[in-house]
Amino acid sequence: MAIMNNIEALRETLRIEMERDPRIIITGEDVGPRGGVFRATMGLHQQFGEKRVMDTPLAELSIVATGIGMALTGYFKPIVEIQFADFIFPAFNQILSEAARMRYRTRSTWTVPLIIRAPYGGGISGGLYHSQSVEAFFAHIPGLYVVAPTTPYDIKGMLRASLQVEDPVIFFEHKKTYRLIKGEVPEEDYIVPFGKAAMRREGDDLTVISYGLAMHDAVKAADLLTAEGISADVIDLRSLRPLDEVAILESVKKTGKVLIVHEDNPTVSLGSEIAAIIGEQAFEYLDAPITRLTPPDVPAVPFSHPIQDAFMLNPDKIATAMRKLAAY
Amino acid sequence: MATNARKSQKTRPSDNLTDEQLLQLYKNMMLGRKVDERSWVMNRQGRAPFHISGIGHEAIQVAAAATMRPGYDWFYPYYRDLAFVLAMGMKPVDHLRGMLGRAGDPSGDGIQMPGHFSDASLRIGSISSPVATQVPIAAGTALACKLKGTDEITVVCLGEGSTSQGDFHEGLNWAGVHKLPFICIVQNNQYAISVPMEKEMAIKNVADRAIAYGIEGVVVDGNDILACYDVMYEAVQRARSGQGATLVEAKTYRVTPHSTDDDDRTYRSREEVEYWKKRDPILQFERVLFDRGLLDETLQHEILGWAVSEVDKAEEEAISSPFPDVSELTAHVYGPLPSWEV
Repeated sequence: MAIMNNIEALRETLRIEMERDPRIIITGEDVGPRGGVFRATMGLHQQFGEKRVMDTPLAELSIVATGIGMALTGYFKPIVEIQFADFIFPAFNQILSEAARMRYRTRSTWTVPLIIRAPYGGGISGGLYHSQSVEAFFAHIPGLYVVAPTTPYDIKGMLRASLQVEDPVIFFEHKKTYRLIKGEVPEEDYIVPFGKAAMRREGDDLTVISYGLAMHDAVKAADLLTAEGISADVIDLRSLRPLDEVAILESVKKTGKVLIVHEDNPTVSLGSEIAAIIGEQAFEYLDAPITRLTPPDVPAVPFSHPIQDAFMLNPDKIATAMRKLAAY
Repeated sequence: MATNARKSQKTRPSDNLTDEQLLQLYKNMMLGRKVDERSWVMNRQGRAPFHISGIGHEAIQVAAAATMRPGYDWFYPYYRDLAFVLAMGMKPVDHLRGMLGRAGDPSGDGIQMPGHFSDASLRIGSISSPVATQVPIAAGTALACKLKGTDEITVVCLGEGSTSQGDFHEGLNWAGVHKLPFICIVQNNQYAISVPMEKEMAIKNVADRAIAYGIEGVVVDGNDILACYDVMYEAVQRARSGQGATLVEAKTYRVTPHSTDDDDRTYRSREEVEYWKKRDPILQFERVLFDRGLLDETLQHEILGWAVSEVDKAEEEAISSPFPDVSELTAHVYGPLPSWEV
């Protein structure tokens, strides 16, 4: 069993699956000889050639659209890379109106088995347009799968799952975790199914529900609080559409207190949806108001270090919110 | 610059069409026209909520279909392509079921809006209503065929109004970069709903844009079916033999309002519409067939009668088709997941 960081797990899984399935094609900006600006596809062009790892014009709309057109033939299983999730919006109509609705509007006679990879998230001095969390826009869309794995184990398992479904998948990768997060990746084949959360810590006093980089901070916060006698469930959603309602509700029914933590801004976010699910299905189990901890409702992540840090979550901020909720 | 299809060419591809094939083109145009006219009637009678018409566009549509291999080549239509999809193998009842929101329409079993044609069994792709999205998707399909090593080509249609969208430009750029087996047919009917050509673009020919993508561009009289056939024949040869993509601009006119919800009297003169009605592509082709001795009044009436009876039968069948079950509301959002017991 090898220890890898997130980007290594991603690249290695791409390589192994491409060796296995000649239908897999990768397209995107700079994915070819350059190996991607984050090196997610490093060495793949050299190994598989330019017909399978293809540099594209700098045009997200048509990167996604041509991926749809290739997927519709059934000849290939395209994986398209959007260089930064911040740049995905020129392709939004193609994702919303075409990829996500194709099956529904044609009664499954046409389907779009397409994977759209998109690095997202802040904390890397990327400023407004290299830092955004954009997942809520896509998690709103029926017909899409939206996943956000942030451990090397999950990245392999969810990428393999994405390759097995017959519907479009938005595969969000928190870019700050690419080299920050390391872990064991088994050599054998395994799947991390969609709609199954992971319990990262177990406790009795409260439930923290999170995903992405914030989830790793939440784990650190939970570990800090054990010394103070506060124990918490920390749920890593991994799959944002569908959500693992069972895991959420079971934990909330056990602890009676819930803190939802994510890097996306709060209004009409994943946190809003999770709060609604809990309010509808576990109201009588609650011992405290459902609480959310997110960055402020501002348009994007600022560049300057001190103000970027003020925007971002961290273990201290999360621990403070957890203490307050535990004491309620 | 785009080349104009020259009528003075010595041997034209359409010269090789047999009498039977020429009459088949005529029948295909007539069938498309009659299904379209019936769709208007059904709307005006209050039986169908919406129709978007292709009347006047039949020449380029029927000609293009005749140069393709239905069910083998890939086709992404747009909402005026009724005559096109019928010529590719869809049935009048398919469209009329769609008009009435009945199950059994391969475009979407009553889920999809009328005019948004598709039939997966014929490789006719599905479109949405935001315009031009199908162009880069079609480029992706053409790319897949090229990478796969087939000789299948991909044809996509849109109106000139839709060429203002970025999707159109990005799609043609891919077609040029990868020298794709791809044909983009712009049916230039001179209006984007009410907005005339001169407010859509500062050039006279959409096909002039081809040079910017490094592909062929051709302008053709979209009301002259044999000229359309010649241009499409060459574009198909070019695509199938690996010589790259073509942007075909068929100049025509939308003699009807944009849709059954439009009133074109608010933005153009009756004289202008009458001028174009006299240049109707079916009338023009009838003159050619009369001149060649392939059509007389008896046969003309026979073909008209055949088309009307086909539409009558299709309408009856559509009316007697069931509505989709309301349980369809929540079906086909996702496919079944693999059994992931881990």
